[in-house]
Amino acid sequence: MNMIVDPRQHLVVIGNGMAGMRTVEEFLKHEESHRFRITVFGAEPHVNYNRIMLSSMLAGDKNIDEIVINPRDWYEENGIRLYTGDPVASIDRAAKTVTAASGLRVSYDQLLIATGSRPLAPPIPGLDLPGVCAFRDIADVDKMLEAARVHKRAVVIGGGLLGLEAAWGLKQRGMSVALVHLMPTLMERQLDAAAGQLLQRDLDRRGIAFFTNGQTEEISGKERVEGVQLADGRSIPADLVVLAIGIRPNIDLARAAGLEINRGIVVTDDMRTSDPAIFAVGECVEHNGQVFGLVAPLWDQAKVCAAQLASDESALYASRELSTSLKITGIDVFSAGALMAADAADDEITLRDDARGIYKKIVLRDGKLVGAVLYGDVGDGQWYLRLMRDKQDVGAMRERLVFGRAIAEAGSGKPAEPDFAAMPGDTQVCGCNGVSKDTIITTIKEKNLTSLADVRAHTKASASCGQCTCVVEGLLAFAAGSSAKKAKKTVCECTEASHDEVRQGILARRLKTMDEVRAAFAWKKKEGCHKCRPALNYYLLCAWPGEYRDDSRSRFVNERVHANIQKDGTFSVVPRMWGGLTTPGELRALAAVAEKFEIPTVKVTGGQRIDLLGAKKEDLPAIWADLSAAGMVSGHAYGKALRTVKTCVGSEWCRFGTQDSTGLGVKLEKMCWGSWMPHKVKMAVSGCPRNCAEATIKDLGVVCVEAGYDIVVGGNGGIEVRVTDPLVRVATEEEVLEYTGAFLQLYREEAHYLERTAPWVARVGIDYVKKHIVEDCETRRALHARFLHSQRFAQDDPWAERAKGADRGEFTRLPELAEV
Amino acid sequence: MNTIWKNIGPLDKIPLQGARRLGFRHEGRPIAVFRTSGGVFALIDECPHRQGPLSEGLICGTTVACPLHNWVIDLQSGHAAAPDEGATLALPVRIVEGEVHIGLPAAVERAA
Repeated sequence: MNMIVDPRQHLVVIGNGMAGMRTVEEFLKHEESHRFRITVFGAEPHVNYNRIMLSSMLAGDKNIDEIVINPRDWYEENGIRLYTGDPVASIDRAAKTVTAASGLRVSYDQLLIATGSRPLAPPIPGLDLPGVCAFRDIADVDKMLEAARVHKRAVVIGGGLLGLEAAWGLKQRGMSVALVHLMPTLMERQLDAAAGQLLQRDLDRRGIAFFTNGQTEEISGKERVEGVQLADGRSIPADLVVLAIGIRPNIDLARAAGLEINRGIVVTDDMRTSDPAIFAVGECVEHNGQVFGLVAPLWDQAKVCAAQLASDESALYASRELSTSLKITGIDVFSAGALMAADAADDEITLRDDARGIYKKIVLRDGKLVGAVLYGDVGDGQWYLRLMRDKQDVGAMRERLVFGRAIAEAGSGKPAEPDFAAMPGDTQVCGCNGVSKDTIITTIKEKNLTSLADVRAHTKASASCGQCTCVVEGLLAFAAGSSAKKAKKTVCECTEASHDEVRQGILARRLKTMDEVRAAFAWKKKEGCHKCRPALNYYLLCAWPGEYRDDSRSRFVNERVHANIQKDGTFSVVPRMWGGLTTPGELRALAAVAEKFEIPTVKVTGGQRIDLLGAKKEDLPAIWADLSAAGMVSGHAYGKALRTVKTCVGSEWCRFGTQDSTGLGVKLEKMCWGSWMPHKVKMAVSGCPRNCAEATIKDLGVVCVEAGYDIVVGGNGGIEVRVTDPLVRVATEEEVLEYTGAFLQLYREEAHYLERTAPWVARVGIDYVKKHIVEDCETRRALHARFLHSQRFAQDDPWAERAKGADRGEFTRLPELAEV
Repeated sequence: MNTIWKNIGPLDKIPLQGARRLGFRHEGRPIAVFRTSGGVFALIDECPHRQGPLSEGLICGTTVACPLHNWVIDLQSGHAAAPDEGATLALPVRIVEGEVHIGLPAAVERAA
């Protein structure tokens, strides 16, 4: 019998995670790798995935396919034998073999241990109860998602990076979330107390309940988890408990094999363990007394280990300054190095702007930067990190340093642009996806990329959390030079024109159809895209009322079918209740509709009306017919349009009321309903300065006072809360209607599509608005008149039209006529 | 592979730049037909991302943007536009005397 002996050496990798596979990827880049065959054992049943992205998966921003790093094809293409779901059970160093749990035994020439870490579990009762899990792998995320579907209340134990991301993800999934943290402030290892408190304040506003100084004593429950008991007697009910108090290196296998271990598997600078044939990388190792939990050093280790495997003995690992950021949308945190002065010789410089939610602290030692903590504005984080890594003398810009790069360097005669030429090629620009400066520059040059979107698509740099976007943009400008597209905000990728240019062009050149606009501005796609079509449709509708014919095919589904699509494809129906008023007859009709069409959920909305949730699309015309018969019209709860006018009861009933706020609300809603806007518009009228209708966080609010009416504009109660700016005080209801019409028309004519009044007013400034509406009464009257004119064509109830048969095809399915 | 063709009626029941969901399913999954200036297309009516109803999306050229998270799906191939990855099954369509026929792949019988 002939036997063919594979002449190649055998590299066996224990662990199919980020560090292990990154090492293999790096190794494959070396010519030397052809002399090896590679076998990988993974404990999890999956291919190699990006563990950092588990929080994005939990929050619903990514699915499992999107976090896979290397699909099975990659293993096959590179001749790697992969055993998933089969953890290695033992290593025999004398025989140079490893044995997997399945009994499979293979011999190795070189062995790489990348077993990662395990979640830490506190020594408390109740850990085994169903409903308790860690936040470490896909199986944990599956458990959490399952719980979020069925249950309501989650408790996360641990207020570090992982715990906070878990809490936010579960909140996004609709659970009510409490977070227990042992220390007085959050993320205390990365943030100082001031930044930790700002973080807690912002997350508290987003609805996460915090129990700081909370030592968990017991997880209680009978069949499954029911609650968490704290040592100080507090108790929190829970259907799901997530443990995220930390990780410890997974060293059991190495210990059993007799390798030198301490907290982790001890490695030298060449990433070798105490056995020269065995390497280790990642969260399982200990290097110079340090263990690892962030991704950046893992990439450095992988590169060194790969070079050593390829017999490049000059490659050595040295730890570098690390930075941390948090993946919670809209919350910007950056931290690197020292959090505070270590002794009297160190200097701390802080900048705090509570109104803008910004906090910056830098720590200086011997004229050099040794630490930075940023909250709210983290744009300069990477710059500070580089100053720290380069141990640059910052004495000359000491007093400007905390204000950020632009100001610090402006005074020092240095170019304000980052020095991309000097940036080392292996600088990790995008930590989420592990993309270096070299990779970005090479890809831009090879593929002739000219836009941020292209760079993202090809390299994934800044495509995950987005915090490195400004660096990637800078690199693009650096590499592509003048061919790089400027960061001008265009309507969409179909055009180079901005919103303002398009809006002005429509009027100046009397463009009356979308085709004309696209031709005039040299659109790249003949039919436009899903971003520009709704914008152009609105701009034309606003510019040419009564003349431009609305294109339902350019409207988002909700505006096309006049109902709100829900996540399961059903719709919600919200009839108008003028100023929040209703009648027994309307309520009877609503009740009848809910029963007749088996509406699963009936809810009172925040805008003082009633929402029928879960209606089937086929039923919508019949539902509208019944509501129409009872005198109700569409509430436009689905549209970029006037939503509600919230009111309090006012002088008719309230002992504090100064004016008839309800009556005025009804008049405002009657004037404004049906109008299409750049975005949704909500209004409110409060009968006295107690402001029970919350008018000061609406797009337009009226607060009644003894002397008349205060009109306030540009407020928002959503994620970014903005209090209104005062516009004017007027004496009569007629004036309120005129100013309101004028304000809405100015917004309709000048804001960008999908720009709420709050960012619009912030962008143009309240003085600009006042100049047109308060100081110039002719402009005001003209705006008001144009608003009323456009309303003549807008105030047709879309429900009544469809109940009578308009768009009938939209609401039925095409049947099968015959098999042919 | 065998294909079973089903007649779903006249072309003009589908609006230009529009879509309709069908009254029957393929292997339990919903089907939609799309009509563009370039032709008629049929897909399993589920976005590869979160199974959103593509038939409710905005149709531009020969693509449709899913109404849930704006993934852009090619009507011809069913593939998501880069950088998103994934695909929904595209079904063959033919127009016979102004009527639209959808081809459903039938289970393949294995030769013994």
